[in-house]
Amino acid sequence: MANPKYKEALMRYEKHLTEISSQEMVLNMGPQHPSTHGVLRLQLITDGEIVKEVVPHLGYLHRCFDKHAESLNYAKTIPFTDRLDYLASMNNSHAFVMGVERMLGLDSKIPKRIEYIRVLVCELNRIASHLIAIGTYGIDIGATTPFLWCFRDREHIMNMLEWASGSRMLYNYIWVGGLFYDLPVGFEERCTEFITYFKPKLVELDEILTQNQIFISRTAKIGVLPADVAINYGVSGPMLRASGIKWDLRRIDGYSVYPEIDFEIPVGKGEMGTLGDCWDRYKVRVDEVKESVRIVEQCLERLQKDFTRTTEFDPRALVPKKVNLKAQDYYVRAENPKGELGFYFVTKDKSDIPLRVKSRGPSFNNLSVISELGKGVLIADLIAILGSIDIVLGEVDR
Amino acid sequence: MLVSKFGTQIILKEDRNGLQPALFIDKADIAAVCLFLRDTEGLYFDFLSNLTAVDYQTYFAVVYHLNSLPYQHGLVLKVELPGNRSLNELPEIPSLTSVWRTADWHEREAFDLMGIYFEGHPDLRRILLPDDWEGYPLRKDYEEAEKYHGIHIN
Repeated sequence: MANPKYKEALMRYEKHLTEISSQEMVLNMGPQHPSTHGVLRLQLITDGEIVKEVVPHLGYLHRCFDKHAESLNYAKTIPFTDRLDYLASMNNSHAFVMGVERMLGLDSKIPKRIEYIRVLVCELNRIASHLIAIGTYGIDIGATTPFLWCFRDREHIMNMLEWASGSRMLYNYIWVGGLFYDLPVGFEERCTEFITYFKPKLVELDEILTQNQIFISRTAKIGVLPADVAINYGVSGPMLRASGIKWDLRRIDGYSVYPEIDFEIPVGKGEMGTLGDCWDRYKVRVDEVKESVRIVEQCLERLQKDFTRTTEFDPRALVPKKVNLKAQDYYVRAENPKGELGFYFVTKDKSDIPLRVKSRGPSFNNLSVISELGKGVLIADLIAILGSIDIVLGEVDR
Repeated sequence: MLVSKFGTQIILKEDRNGLQPALFIDKADIAAVCLFLRDTEGLYFDFLSNLTAVDYQTYFAVVYHLNSLPYQHGLVLKVELPGNRSLNELPEIPSLTSVWRTADWHEREAFDLMGIYFEGHPDLRRILLPDDWEGYPLRKDYEEAEKYHGIHIN
């Protein structure tokens, strides 16, 4: 039998649950609760309506990504990365592919057209992911209409990406050294059409939700996350920016063609309440959608003018037949819609199967702050806080 | 800067071959070194990007990826641990939860999947797998159980 020392924490936790006072109650939220956005289980110790303590339980969606990656070669792992954050599959595979290309020394040889297509599809996917975040956040706290609008507009993006890659959500489109296919003929025009359609819809969405008094009173001054706590917990992405820190890896690392593109980094300002509250996190996402629209427009312009489609252009020209790496390790990171997605590779000598791949999911780190934010709030506010973190359980449990 | 504070013996060896150079630190020093790296002006490694464990079969390694938000620089620290395979005596290393709170869940994950015991961790339960799981699946010598609670696994 295993050393009792390793069961000590479990015993302590179980004892803690039995020792709560008579007016306190243990309440299970999830794993089958719609507001936990999947199969997250939160164990709340409550005193009436007040949450005293939050104990998150993960792992209901654990699919052994790290273990799978150890037995497959790099190209075969890309479809698995799609399933990490399944709302932003393009961004996941982009990060993974960047890491492998960097280790191969391929990253500077990738043609500009491929890079622009990658950024284009990633930003489209970012818009889709943020639309889900905004829409489901609305429905979490009782606003049904924005949810329907967001899903309607997201469906246009899904259809476009399906046209390009052949699949609606899990694309396997970005490959090591290139792309699955070039964009289909007419994609740029259809995308421009979508952007023209989408811009007024964003204004509509802004009007119905951002300035909505009920929405503001449910989110402003709730779940305030100070910047120092956020950094200490490894929080990244829109959550960190909502706490007032201008930290965006697209700018900091300047990977792919992001240095050539003009975009702003929205940060929280505490307009409706305190800096770093739920409303700020929501607002940062709305602003990021607007910035992503700008990036998409610039990509389309470059793709139509400077790096146009030619018959001899082959997006698979640089795809290696076999990825042969020397023994090394490398940590690659990229800005996903949820935050910093990292992959840590440890490679074996002369083998296309890695020794170890660790995925650092942004949702995993962002969620770890819930026990800090959830102390002493109302149960209804906990729903608002959880929604504003915008987790995807596929990435938390991996 | 590390050398001027702790002396040359603090860095066991350096690895400058790869894309990201790494420093090897002794496990006894890791908590003090990290606290120093976090708080010293000019370094301010305030963001722990990633913490993970690797099974090299002859030994284990725990890898820390640190980042600094104000200075935008990064650092990789590695600690080598003896490759003890016994499930009763896991390799031990001091916990960094007091330095970065994000180490909490990362260390629980490393404990859960790789079987590294983090001394002084406030709540070292399994995080992704069920509490009654046997063994540590990311180890190279892990063998899948045939049954879990009477249900066949395949």
